[in-house]
Amino acid sequence: MRVQAELQAASPILLMKGITKVYPNGLVANSNVTFEVRKGEIHALVGENGAGKTTLMKVLFGLEKPDEGSIFIKGREVRISSPNDAIKHGVGMVHQHFMLAPSLTVAENIVLGAEPTRGIWFDRKQAELMCRELGEKYGLPVGPSAKIKDVPVGIRQRVEILKALLRGSEILVLDEPTAVLTPQETEELFEALKSLKEMGHTIIFISHKLREVKELSDRVTVMRSGVLVGTRDTGQVTVEEISRMMVGRDVVLRPLRPKAQEAPGEVRLVVKNLNVVRDSTHVLRDVSLQVRAGEILGVAGVEGNGQAELVEAITGLSPVDRGEVWVCGQDATGKSPGEIRNMGLSHIPQDRMVFGVASRASIAENLISTRYNKQPVSNGFSLDIKAISGLGRELMGRFEIKASSAQQPVGTLSGGNIQKVVVAREFSTEPKVIIANQPTRGIDIGATESVHRYLVEATESGTAVLLVSADLTEVMSLSNKLIVMYEGQVVAYFDEVEGLDEEEIGLYMLGLKRQEPDEVATSMMGRPVE
Amino acid sequence: MTRNTWFELLRTGVAIAVALLIGFVVTWLVSESPGEAFGYFLKGPFTSIRRLGAFLEAAVPLTFTGLAVSLVFSAGQFNMGAEGHFFIGAVAATAAGIFFDLPPVIHTLVCLAAGMAAGAIGGFIPGILKARWNASELVASLMLNYVFLKLGMYLITYHLRDPSAGALVSLPLKETSWLPQFTRTTKLHAGILVMFLAVFLCYYFLYRTTKGYEARMTGHNISFARYSGIPVLSVMLLVQVLGGAVAGLGGAVEMLGIYRRFQWQASPGYGFDGVIIAILARNNPLLVPVAAVFLAYLRVGADVMALYADVSAEMVSIIQAVIILLVTAEAFLAGYRHRLTLKEVKQRASAS
Repeated sequence: MRVQAELQAASPILLMKGITKVYPNGLVANSNVTFEVRKGEIHALVGENGAGKTTLMKVLFGLEKPDEGSIFIKGREVRISSPNDAIKHGVGMVHQHFMLAPSLTVAENIVLGAEPTRGIWFDRKQAELMCRELGEKYGLPVGPSAKIKDVPVGIRQRVEILKALLRGSEILVLDEPTAVLTPQETEELFEALKSLKEMGHTIIFISHKLREVKELSDRVTVMRSGVLVGTRDTGQVTVEEISRMMVGRDVVLRPLRPKAQEAPGEVRLVVKNLNVVRDSTHVLRDVSLQVRAGEILGVAGVEGNGQAELVEAITGLSPVDRGEVWVCGQDATGKSPGEIRNMGLSHIPQDRMVFGVASRASIAENLISTRYNKQPVSNGFSLDIKAISGLGRELMGRFEIKASSAQQPVGTLSGGNIQKVVVAREFSTEPKVIIANQPTRGIDIGATESVHRYLVEATESGTAVLLVSADLTEVMSLSNKLIVMYEGQVVAYFDEVEGLDEEEIGLYMLGLKRQEPDEVATSMMGRPVE
Repeated sequence: MTRNTWFELLRTGVAIAVALLIGFVVTWLVSESPGEAFGYFLKGPFTSIRRLGAFLEAAVPLTFTGLAVSLVFSAGQFNMGAEGHFFIGAVAATAAGIFFDLPPVIHTLVCLAAGMAAGAIGGFIPGILKARWNASELVASLMLNYVFLKLGMYLITYHLRDPSAGALVSLPLKETSWLPQFTRTTKLHAGILVMFLAVFLCYYFLYRTTKGYEARMTGHNISFARYSGIPVLSVMLLVQVLGGAVAGLGGAVEMLGIYRRFQWQASPGYGFDGVIIAILARNNPLLVPVAAVFLAYLRVGADVMALYADVSAEMVSIIQAVIILLVTAEAFLAGYRHRLTLKEVKQRASAS
């Protein structure tokens, strides 16, 4: 046993030595990182977002060029300057956002670039046969003739994995593979990864979720702000120890939900029979909900089931086809984002780089974008430069935004700090309703913790919050009440979240279970919606 | 000065140096005595008071169109109408200068206002087309340049023409409308004061008013602006109207200060020069006069060279083109910048 372990240790299948990568904005993503993976192990790579895990893997896959350092595979130094080089050396990568052609079939996607041919023709039969065999061999069955756009996310991910395996990947990198999966799909993925390991494949698994790391991996490597903190045998560390390595201090991983109000607060946000049709698809179908002051209504669901459209319709960013939206007793249906904001609504957008900030503008300029024409930063005509930088400094302090000054361009900050700029702006205008869409996506544990704290504090002081998140643990631990969305509909409502079972919610998320529409509306709104 | 500002300055400097070098190579290829020719080009503008005045006064219209383009570009609107707005502004000022009978200063102000109004209308058309029907302001404004050119020529030919003059020129503007010239040797005129006022107001608008803030945020990221509640459509309209007004004002100043009767047969090209200036000045109104003076210097230098040596003035177009190419090429010197960043990061790391 010891001899075997030493043998393995002596010959790592992958060694990345002294990798340094600095981005053009001066961000040090990797600083002299030496990362080692043994053959046939599942190696978890963990760290807060912005810790440099994804960058390190992009360097391995030839997507980023390191400024310093070298890569050894099976003891030989290799030069990887493009994904093609990586594939040649047996490295495969499954990205966070799948790189598939939605209008092609599963088989076509898998064989793309390595198509079986008969003469000059594409041999579809052969391709489908290959896929079926491949799927059976690795315990990842797929229906080869279905189109990608028609299959669920879990299957798409399998297609990505099979695609890498078909190209002879011995080292498989998965970048946060469970972020988009339901608990059931996650379970199946883990089974498949374990059997791949049995067959001698090496797996590098990037994750945030320490419970999964604990369950799946043999060894775990922790990164923090571009530096490799250490590598441990997973069996010999606790979740608490790993999280301490990640953050550099103790953290409370479980957020606390806001205290339930003694008497139900007034209704602040009402959505009635909302319908949105986009590109002739019914993306929202008769959605009704209401949120009261002092409570968080969570919206669970696999991404792409209408949550984004719901938020856009409520906040006025996209038109409503039928139905009503009321904010604090005022009709907000079809109003402009500015008018709806004036009714007392704040919005933390899903994609902070597209909607949340102007990255070339300064922190201070980003902080005033929703109040630039109000006191004290303006008299309605001219800007008060002193008041603006004063406000910038104050909010930077209050929301712990780390930057050299309020004049620094937002684009040069880390993801977590950019999100804090968004949160600082949206929370500091005394909103009556907050729409928080994926408020902690892609930010580090420290920042996540702060965002959760701000949400809870705002709710307890009487704000109504609609929280949309694809992270089931997040919605379940923060919300007072919960709805589940599936294919543009509200399929379940729970007025008590404490004690709900994640597996059960997973069934609703997958569309395997649903409550009657009338029942949902009645129990949430107190009466059927006419 | 931030690292970014410093680097942009360096980039512009290197681009200018490279362009001058290429200009010299071209001169060397075509000229009998390249050294002498290039000497005229570089030193020409400083060789007499008259030439010095010529290149400073040439900077005035360039500044106005540079400001106009900077305004619309800051809001992310690619309105290329400064050419037409400048032209129609000059025509409107000419008409006001001929027809109205007013006391001196007031007459001047009325003419300037007429030029601004004409330019503003010119900017309003593509602006409203964009805001209401999402029509590309780029296409609309380019096409409208022809409309304004022909409309202006029609007005000059049939309504403002001086029948006693031998060429196709307008009647002279009344003396009460003129912007006074400071000296007899140069045509440097009081319009330069109007220019400085315009520079200051444009800067104040963009960086010190709520509307200017709306414009800049819309230019940075229009999705962000919409999400924040900024009325992006009215912003698009406003900057195009203001841009048109500034360009029209430029045309008026040129008429009242230099020509005193309309004598262009074709569009003088200041609008497109305005694009070059806005790019060089990074849309910053305070840098616009600097860029305009530089461009005017190149132009006058080329004229002097064409006069005394065997190289034609078009050589300057090559230099301009190379500068624009290098300044707008994002990757130009990016490698050098990356090495600088890397070094700085390492110093910081070893210091801590």
